[in-house]
Amino acid sequence: MTQIPDSGQRVKFYQTGTFTAGNRLLDAAQRSVQASVERANSLDSGHRACQGCGEALGARYVVDGALRATDNKLIAANATGCLEVFTTPYPESAWRLPWIHSLFGNAPAIGSGIAAALRAKGREDVRVIAQGGDGGTTDIGLGCLSGMFDRNDDVLYVCYNNQAYMNTGVQRSSQTPPAARTATTPVAGAEPGSPPGTGKSVPLIAMAHGIVYVATASVHDLHDLEYKVTRAMGFRGARYLEVFVPCPLGWGSKPADTIKLARLATQCGMFPLFEAEHGELTAATKIRQRVPVEDYLKLQRRFDHVFKPENAHQLDTLRGIAERNVRRFGLLAAEDAS
Amino acid sequence: MSKGSTPETRPFAVTLDVGGSLLNKTGSWRTERPVYVDRLPPCNQACPAGEDIQGWLYRAEEGDYRGAWESLMADNPLPAIMGRACYHTCEDACNRAQLDSAVNIHAVERFLGDLALRENWPAPTAATASGKRVLVIGAGPSGLSAAYHLARLGHSVQIREAGPLPGGMMRFGIPKYRLPRDVLDGEVQRIVDMGVELELNQRVDDIPAALAAGHFDACFVAIGAHIAKRVNIPGADAARIVDAVSFLRDMETGDEQLQLGRRVLVYGGGNTAMDVARTARRLGAEPVIVYRRTREQMPAHDFEIDEALEEGIVVNWLRTITASDEQGFKIEKMALDENGFPQPTGEYETIEGDSLVLALGQNVDQSILTNLPGVTLNDDNVVEVGPDMATAYAGVFAGGDMVPAERTVTVAVGHGKKAARNIDAYLRGETYTSPPKSELASFDSLNTWYYTDAEQTIQPVLDEVRRQTTFAEVYAGLDTGNALFEARRCLSCGNCFECDNCYGICPDNAITKLGPGKRFEFKYDYCKGCAMCVAECPCGAIVMVPEET
Ligand SMILES: Cc1cc2nc3c(=O)[nH]c(=O)nc-3n(C[C@H](O)[C@H](O)[C@H](O)COP(=O)(O)OP(=O)(O)OC[C@H]3O[C@@H](n4cnc5c(N)ncnc54)[C@H](O)[C@@H]3O)c2cc1C
Ligand SMILES: Cc1ncc(C[n+]2csc(CCOP(=O)(O)OP(=O)(O)O)c2C)c(N)n1
Ligand code: SF4
Ligand SMILES: [Mg+2]
Repeated sequence: MTQIPDSGQRVKFYQTGTFTAGNRLLDAAQRSVQASVERANSLDSGHRACQGCGEALGARYVVDGALRATDNKLIAANATGCLEVFTTPYPESAWRLPWIHSLFGNAPAIGSGIAAALRAKGREDVRVIAQGGDGGTTDIGLGCLSGMFDRNDDVLYVCYNNQAYMNTGVQRSSQTPPAARTATTPVAGAEPGSPPGTGKSVPLIAMAHGIVYVATASVHDLHDLEYKVTRAMGFRGARYLEVFVPCPLGWGSKPADTIKLARLATQCGMFPLFEAEHGELTAATKIRQRVPVEDYLKLQRRFDHVFKPENAHQLDTLRGIAERNVRRFGLLAAEDAS
Repeated sequence: MSKGSTPETRPFAVTLDVGGSLLNKTGSWRTERPVYVDRLPPCNQACPAGEDIQGWLYRAEEGDYRGAWESLMADNPLPAIMGRACYHTCEDACNRAQLDSAVNIHAVERFLGDLALRENWPAPTAATASGKRVLVIGAGPSGLSAAYHLARLGHSVQIREAGPLPGGMMRFGIPKYRLPRDVLDGEVQRIVDMGVELELNQRVDDIPAALAAGHFDACFVAIGAHIAKRVNIPGADAARIVDAVSFLRDMETGDEQLQLGRRVLVYGGGNTAMDVARTARRLGAEPVIVYRRTREQMPAHDFEIDEALEEGIVVNWLRTITASDEQGFKIEKMALDENGFPQPTGEYETIEGDSLVLALGQNVDQSILTNLPGVTLNDDNVVEVGPDMATAYAGVFAGGDMVPAERTVTVAVGHGKKAARNIDAYLRGETYTSPPKSELASFDSLNTWYYTDAEQTIQPVLDEVRRQTTFAEVYAGLDTGNALFEARRCLSCGNCFECDNCYGICPDNAITKLGPGKRFEFKYDYCKGCAMCVAECPCGAIVMVPEET
């Protein structure tokens, strides 16, 4: 049998790129953690997340990656929210690592506390992550989070952003995009759905703290996500990772479309993927196949109304967000930009 | 549930046993279940020889060229020839064409075929001897393919060939610059080495008599279509007119009957006309092709017309040859009517011409039908056969150019295989049923996000001067490096290639990875039926089916 050119050099992908989880033609080092039969499966089967849950998927990706990066010496604090409720209906848990349930708003502080305890015990080999949904992180938990950043506690905070308070029935959060319908921003009036001009970018707030590492990732790009988790675990101090996790129930999308939606969100510019160190933007994942925002919006019932003629201005608002992201983060490859 | 936990030993206020989530069988939520399938790739569907193209490319991708070649040989005994002469309908159907450009399937096939010849890989061994004898008439691609497949099925095969050398139109039609003869000889020899008897210069005229005399149990006839169609051109000197098949045949046998002269007119618009003109060009002539209709209507493949034009051949479209005299040939201009048919315009011109080659098509030699009651030529002058390739005469099967089908080497090879399977069944008193075909792996069933851009590898081409003066092969082959690249461009349409994507992206860990070559399995206890694996499978190898209620 003739030898296949092996690792050393980057295998050129003709059949599949690094875009699939693995590939029999690649050597193990180039496959994702998720492609390995030895992955931790930290969030195990039998959890009660809905069909096609992006958050369940994102959390397994992140925690399996962090376990690999820390040689399985990892403790997780977890805010109240879907991720806690669907994994751990007491006394049963789908988690397979030391895992502590916090209040809705104090997961960053619990993470800080665990890190302090480990330091006191001289167990700095054991690392800490704290995680929660966008509501728990960017609304009620923002004070604790800012404090954790300010003190530079040795914690990686991971926010699973599904753009609303899903666990309690889809209420608007500070991550809900303009025009999106939620239980608290119904389709009514001249500005149906979530009002324009509201919300915030927590990755940029995190960068403003000058912390060592901030990144955004998405469930559609496993290799990029695992790379960012590994890189984050390579630093000491406070770090922040925001993962884009579509929610079929809250968004009114098909369970099968979860990864597709994450892909479209990044390819239209609505969710930029980037990295920053010490407050400085260091890299952005370029758009590979640019699509109009409509391609992303039309698969979600929460945006149905923006396609009505009377709400055309809402489409413009959303397009504007995408365009500004493309410019601000330099999302187009040089040849596409010109 | 943790063992030994009783209400007395539990911590204060704890009423339930602690445990993992595996007790919660979320599979009960499902209304549809995913299942792995193998769909029919469009290349395979389009291959007249019934090759499992995706299957052999899959092996080539791993660098297992021997395995790839063996898989190819299961359907087609002539890969090196096929990689050169086949018109590759597979590439027209290839899904990759909708992404960047089709996989250069024929180039990889040729690479494998050449490698096998260089390394002297033998044909796969035959089944145990059946004790049955089959006569194959004609050593063209169809006869050779039938002989090969019959031999593999354990039958004893004799080929009787009227000509002095085997190959049929692959030798006496297709010129050397497209199919070097050492390649042809090598692939024929491999079949002979399996124990197939090849009798040259043995024309068969009376099939029943030949069968009886040789104690044969069945027969496959593949005599091709060799009788040239002619037209009458008033005033023409017969010595200056020849038909294409005789001209090309003489090139091979070396008996040159015709002094071509400088200006050679070639009449016709098919692939044969191109080959005649290109051959004449290499002999130093200045050929002019004359064709009644437009370029778009030419039956020759576009690439063959391009190749002829590149070699400096002149084509006169919308012209017919009406008469001939000392000056040359009288040509009438044609014009297309509203239905696209060429009509005479009454405008004439004369073109200089030293000779004329008629490339107007060929008919089947009827004399083979003597003593075959019930077997006749149909309106198209070909022999009708059933879907099993059987003629109306029991035990006599036919294929290739002499039956109704497209006239290509690949169709001929496919007929040979099909006939062999049916003859085998016939000899065992059974009927052959082909395995059911799976659903097509259409472009929409792929998720192309996961494939990266990689343009087709271009085969090196001989420089123009040498193309006009020598019979050296025009296209060079691929080497180990770019053959691997080209094979890996295959998208593996409809067939799992173990990319681990389903395993990686299931939010419920409901897929087991079984290890190299063993693919994956669903854990239906936990699969909730979200169908994300179906949506994210790059090659469309998973489908949802309703759950029984
Ligand atoms: C110039 C030319 C170029 C072509 N180029 C291509 C190409 O590039 N690609 C492609 O796919 N196809 C091409 N074709 C078509 C292709 O060659 C034929 O379709 C194919 O060879 C048909 O195979 P066959 O086995 O049916 O018949 P043939 O190849 O014609 O073989 C029939 C054999 O039977 C023998 N025979 C005839 N009568 C008797 C008898 N009574 N007893 C014993 N033996 C007999 C003949 O001598 C011959 O060897 C070309 C054809 C021509 C003419
Ligand atoms: C202080 C407090 N307020 C309200 C709640 C109710 N509550 C539980 S989960 C949740 C929403 C969680 O939303 P998010 O953090 O975005 O996570 P998701 O469920 O969307 O993953 C709310 C409001 C609570 N547990 N504690
Ligand atoms: S990509 Fe591969 S399997 Fe698909 S049609 Fe082309 S050669 Fe066949
Ligand atoms: Mg949320």
